[in-house]
Order: sequence, then structure tokens, then C-alpha cells
Amino acid sequence: MRSVQLIILQRLGLGLLTLLVVSMVIFIAVNSLPGDFAQAILGQGATPEAVEAIRQQIGLDKPPVTRYFEWLGGAVTGDMGVSFAQANFASNFGSTSNTGVTVVDQIAPRLANTMFLAGVTALIAVPLAVTLGILAALYRNSVFDKAANIFTLSSISSPEFFVAYILILLLAVLNPIFPSLSNIFNDMPFDARLKATMLPALTLTLVVTAHMMRMTRAAIINLLASPYIEMARLKGMSPLRVIVTHALPNALAPIINVIALNLAYLITGVVVVEVVFVYPGIGQLFVDSVKIRDIPVVQACCLIFAAAYILLNLTADILSILSNPRLRHPK
Amino acid sequence: MRQISRRGLLKTGAAAGVLAASGVRLQAQTSGGTFRLGIAGANSSDSWDGRTHSDTYMITVGHGAVFDCLTEISASGELVGELAESWEATPDAKTWTFKLRQGVTFHNGKPFNADDVIASLQMHTEEGAQSAAQPIVAPITEMVKVDEHTVQFTLATGNADFPFLLTDYHLLMYPSDDIPGAIANGIGTGLYKVESFEPGVRTLLSRVEGHYKDGKAGWFDSVEVIAINDTSARMTALMTNQVDMVSRVDFQTEPLLRANPNIVIAEVTGNQHYTFPMLVGVEPFGNLAVRQALKHAFNRQEMVDKILQGHGAVANDHPIGPANQYYAADLPQNSYDPDKAKFLLAEAGFDGLSVDLSASSAAFNGGVDAALLVQASAAAAGININVIQEPADGYWSNVWLKKPWCESYYSGRVTEDWMFSLAYESGVPWNESGWENARFQELLLTARAELDTDKRREMYTEMQMLCSTEGGTVIPMYANYVDAHSSKLAHGEIGNVFHLDSSRVIERWWFA
Repeated sequence: MRSVQLIILQRLGLGLLTLLVVSMVIFIAVNSLPGDFAQAILGQGATPEAVEAIRQQIGLDKPPVTRYFEWLGGAVTGDMGVSFAQANFASNFGSTSNTGVTVVDQIAPRLANTMFLAGVTALIAVPLAVTLGILAALYRNSVFDKAANIFTLSSISSPEFFVAYILILLLAVLNPIFPSLSNIFNDMPFDARLKATMLPALTLTLVVTAHMMRMTRAAIINLLASPYIEMARLKGMSPLRVIVTHALPNALAPIINVIALNLAYLITGVVVVEVVFVYPGIGQLFVDSVKIRDIPVVQACCLIFAAAYILLNLTADILSILSNPRLRHPK
Repeated sequence: MRQISRRGLLKTGAAAGVLAASGVRLQAQTSGGTFRLGIAGANSSDSWDGRTHSDTYMITVGHGAVFDCLTEISASGELVGELAESWEATPDAKTWTFKLRQGVTFHNGKPFNADDVIASLQMHTEEGAQSAAQPIVAPITEMVKVDEHTVQFTLATGNADFPFLLTDYHLLMYPSDDIPGAIANGIGTGLYKVESFEPGVRTLLSRVEGHYKDGKAGWFDSVEVIAINDTSARMTALMTNQVDMVSRVDFQTEPLLRANPNIVIAEVTGNQHYTFPMLVGVEPFGNLAVRQALKHAFNRQEMVDKILQGHGAVANDHPIGPANQYYAADLPQNSYDPDKAKFLLAEAGFDGLSVDLSASSAAFNGGVDAALLVQASAAAAGININVIQEPADGYWSNVWLKKPWCESYYSGRVTEDWMFSLAYESGVPWNESGWENARFQELLLTARAELDTDKRREMYTEMQMLCSTEGGTVIPMYANYVDAHSSKLAHGEIGNVFHLDSSRVIERWWFA
């Protein structure tokens, strides 16, 4: 087990380095977009004086390198700062002190909503995909296998918003089962919240299922030619038992990896779905912030996205090590 | 003004809308119900600070429900008192005395008085404050509390429109003892108080018990205002009965909404207009013949039909619209006439003309398509227009006011003076074309301080005429305010100052 701990430490260290690089890349990218916060927020009213006034208030007049290190200094100590928009409001009261609303305050409720959606989706998609994958391997090349493949592949190949509109048409307009508007709010009762989240969750399920299902199927089929499976079969075991107790444990590593990748996608890649269903998640906040070049919020969102990928990949690697005795006890 | 708004309504073919617009009450207003409103233009950075309000969402919940101004423009376009009961001016229109309504309380129980008026207006000129209403408040040189319910304003120069200007949606009244607290929690004097507010997501409002507008407005028990910035999501929400009304109907899907028997389109023509400003300091736009030729090279009706899908009206190269008091509807119309354009150019010694037009969807939806339409219609007059597609990012900083000929839009202003002094007065920063005219400038200053309605009408008509014939801006069309609602809702005449019944849908409408 020592080696596992070592790997975790190593990977966390590398993860931090990745976050640093990500923050730099994002900072450079947002800064090289045309226009800045002052111009974006003022729009048609962007007279040179007004732009200069806002830039001074929120510190945009300092050179980019200084701004980056100031931000980094705060981020290292856990202070993600105040968004430009909030700092700009505060200055309306004639002070530069913050209004008490920090980037963390802004992101936390949105992130919680996104996690809720990701959680609901994962609870539907992962069991569904793995079961479909096992069944497809069991009845490979049958009508069922082909139908499952065609269905999941076509849903992954369609753009998300298209899948979303089809679901709205089927489940909200023609058969009003679920609401087309997923505007969940703070003190919403759990059942209402779950109902409102159903359509975006189903859309995402359709988008991520194919990947996981096909990996499950392929990984299992890959093992079915191995001698030990042959042995199990010769012992007279049922095909389902052969797959579930003999093949699946050995196929877990790649499956876990694909699941982790898809879970990360559920956190970072749901912008389109959030917009279509008006779901108040982190993706909408992120897009809003990029639009007005609100760098502190963009940075914080990107760090969360990057951290989600790093942590989920790390979890996947550790789980695959733990699921594989050969890796668990290296010689 | 009424003519056009009625025409707009007749076009919807919705019997309910037409009857309501004719001013005939089909039935008395009924109280009750929760009104669910889906509006665009919401941001996660929204707050109850009126100085920052600029988009439909906060204007509708702030100015239209939670807060009040001193004066209000009624649905039929008249100026009426809101928190002010009456007002009078000295003959030079420099000193204005406002009598305030008595017995009004804020949602936190504080009684409303003259101190609140003074403090609320001072917010806009505070050091470091950025308020779009600053130009309205800055000319007030003195605010005096005459008694608990009387305020006297002294202006730097006479302004006959002063009470009109106080209807502006930025000039909300806050309790003077705790303005930051009122901004944090949304404490106003309006018909509805804030139950919960999630910026950019959702606002829940409930009806205040015992309000000075009782019996005249505020029929819903509670209101849920949902932020739906995505156009198709907004339309779907209305179609699937998740909301009772939506703002900003998508012109592409409007026929589908209209085909639904449970949905009614509410459409009015107001002052919102699209402009094509030419910098007169840059040749060839300094030449009057060139400007006039270009004005005759626009096929305005085609533009209304194709860019606005019919949801607009032809404009006449001046920024005064049907929602203004002194709108001159009977001026000679600049119309599409390639021969005349050709003739004007030939007479001025031009052999053909080639100009650049900077276009972008940032100026208005369909901005690039509109430029291509002009290109095609101007070709018939021998004018070669080179359309340059500009990126939407940074458009207002890099293109507008900088490129010789570009596109822009205005939501219009309720008074002629305000609109003209915003973008047509000599030397103001937003004078899009840099056009200056001595007679125009003289009329602007005289009309501002003139209290006689007939004289003002005469002067403003002449100014619209000057803009139309000599001005540096082509204004081809007014864009309608198009919203849609469930047939369960009922309403009186629809205001045309802004979207959603001049943003007062929450207090004016009711469930049938």
C-alpha cells in the first residue's frame, strides 16, 4: 500500500503544478481577448474617461504580470478575491472595500447546483451504461447489441442542444411529464428539484452513456478469449456468471477510467445544457464572466474545472490499482 | 403615437388585445394569482442599485415593481405623479416645486418624505458613482426640503421636461437612513416587496398590504420573475406553460407562437431605433449631397420586412419616435429613390460613389444582414458600399464613433430634449455623426426652457426636419417591443416606452 500513497502524493503534486499552468494559460487567454471588463460593462457608454475610471478602481491599469502575481498570492492563501463586477458595484458607494460578496460566495451555490446535476446524471448514467455494456457483451452481435450500439452512438453523435430539444419535445411539450425549465432555486423541496433536474440529467445521460457502455463491452469482450474464461466456461458456468464474476473484475480498470473522464465532463462540459434548460449552474456563470472579461471569476471556474479533472483521474487511477492485485503488490 | 401602437396590436389579430387597446374594459380587474414572468437580460452581477440598471430584467423588477419614482408615464403616454402628487415650475422652468404623496411607507416601515428624495437623487452624482442618470441629476444645483413633503429643485438652466426626466428607471427612491441596506435587500415603496432574490436566476415578490396604488394597480398576489436569457428556452417555457409571459419574442419563431391559441403577442412601436451614423468630419460624408443620396439609397420597408420580420416601422432619419410627445409623423418621408440619389450625386459632381460600412451584430440583431441589404439597394443608385464585418467584441470601443460609417441603436428617450442632447447636440461625446448645425443648436436650447406646448411642438418639429434632411445619421427603422403572454392574462392599453408595457407589466396586468 505504500506505493499507492506515494502515487497519490506524486499525483497531487503534479496536479498543483497543472493548476498553476492552467491559471497562467487562462490569464493570458482572457487578457488577449479583445476588450476588457471596463469596456464590456460600459458597452455603448465606454467613453475613454469612464473606461479609465473603472480600470483604476478595479486595478486593471496595473501591468498584467503584476495583476497575475497579486491574484496568485491571494489564491495560494485561499483568497480568490472579489469579482470585477462586485468591485465595480462597491465603488459606486464611494469605497473600494468589497461588499462582502467574494468570488467564492458567487460560485459556491452555482457549483452546488452543478454537482447536484452531475450527481443525478451519474446515478442514472453509470449503472445504465455498465449494465448495457455487460448485456451487450453477453449477447454480442445479437439484435440487442446492435440496437444498443446504434442508439447510444447516435445520441452521442448528435449535438447536445439537439438531444435537449428532442427531449423537451417528447417529455415536456407532447407529454408534459417534466418541466422544460430547470430553474432550481435555494429553498426548493427535494422532489421538485429532482423533477426539474430530470430533463437536463436525461440529456447528459444520453450524451455520456455511449462512451462508458462501449468501453465496458469492449473490455469484457477482450477478456472473453482468455484461457481462464475458457476454463470457467468448460466448468459449465452460465455465461452471465462468467462475465460478472470472472471477466468484469479484470476489465474494471479501463471502465473506471472512462467513467471518471465522463464524470469530469459532467462538471465541466455542461454549459450548453445549462443554457438550454436555464439551469443555474457554474457553466452559465462562467460564460457570463467570460463575456464581461471578469477575470477573477473565470480563473476560479477554470481552477475548479481543472481540479475536477485532476482529482477524478487520480481517483480512477487509484481505483484501478486497487482493483488489480498485480498493481497492488508490485514486485 | 396611439395610431401606431394600435396598428401594431391590430396586426396581432388577437381580439383580446385589440379590445383592450381600444380602452374598453371587458371586465373589472380581478385580484389574485401568482404571475410567472420569464425575462431576458439578467446577469449574475445584478443588484438593487438603480444606478446600474440597464437591462430588461432589473428594470422590470426594480422600477416596475419594487421601487417607485417621483413621476410615471401612464400607459397612454401621459405624465402622472407616482411618489409626487403635483409639481409646478417658475416661468423660466428653472425652479421646480414637488409636493410629495403623504402616508407612503417603505417596505421596512420607514415613512417616505423629502429627505429620501434628496438622498436618492444625490446617489447619482456622488464621487466615483457611475450612473447613467448622472446627466439628469447633475444640472440640479440645489435641492431644498421645504417641509416634510415638499421639495424644491433649482436647475442650472431651465428645463421644461424636468418632471418627465424624473420618470427615468434609474431614479428610484430609497430610504435615506439606510441606502446601502435598501440596495442590499431591495427596500422600496413599490407595490411588491422582495421575498427572495437570486441575481441572474430568480426573484420572488409578494404584494404589499395597504398601498397607495390600491384599486388602481397591483392585481397579482405574488410574482415570480425567472431569468431566461436563452431565446429558445424562453419561448419553450411559454409554450409549455411554465411561465405566463416572456419578453423579447424571437422573430423567427413568432409565427409558431401566434399559431398557438393560448398565446397572445403583445407588440407596440416605441422609440427604439437603429442608426447608421456617418462621421461628417470624414469625407465624403461632409458633403450634404452624399448624405442625402445615401438616405435615399436605403430601402426602408424592405429592411423592416427582412431584418425585423415586419416587427417595426419605417423611420425618417430623426431619433424622435411614436412614444414621444412631439413626434412629427407628417414630415416628408425620405424614401428609397435610386434615381434621386444618382441625381443628387451627379449634381454635386460625383461620378459614382464608393464608401465603407462597418457592420456588426453587436449594433443590433441582423446588423450585418442590414448592411448587405443597403449594399444591394444602393447599387441601383450607382453607389458601391463595401461592407466590413466587424467583430462584436469591442465593437462599442473600436468601431462606434471611430469608423466613418457604422451601425448603432438607441432605445430612445421619453423626451425630445433628452434624445437630442444625448446624441445630436453639438459637442456631446455621443454625437455619433459629429453633425453640428447652428439653427438646430439654437432651437435645442430655446425649446428646453419653453413651457408653452404649442411653441415647443413647432420647435421640435423643425428640429426633426433638420435632422431628417441635413443630419449625419441614417435612421431607417423603429424596432417594435414584442413580448408574448398567455391568454389567461388581461391588460389595459400597453405602454410603448419600453418592453413589457413600459416595464410595468407586473403592476398593471391581471389574470382574466
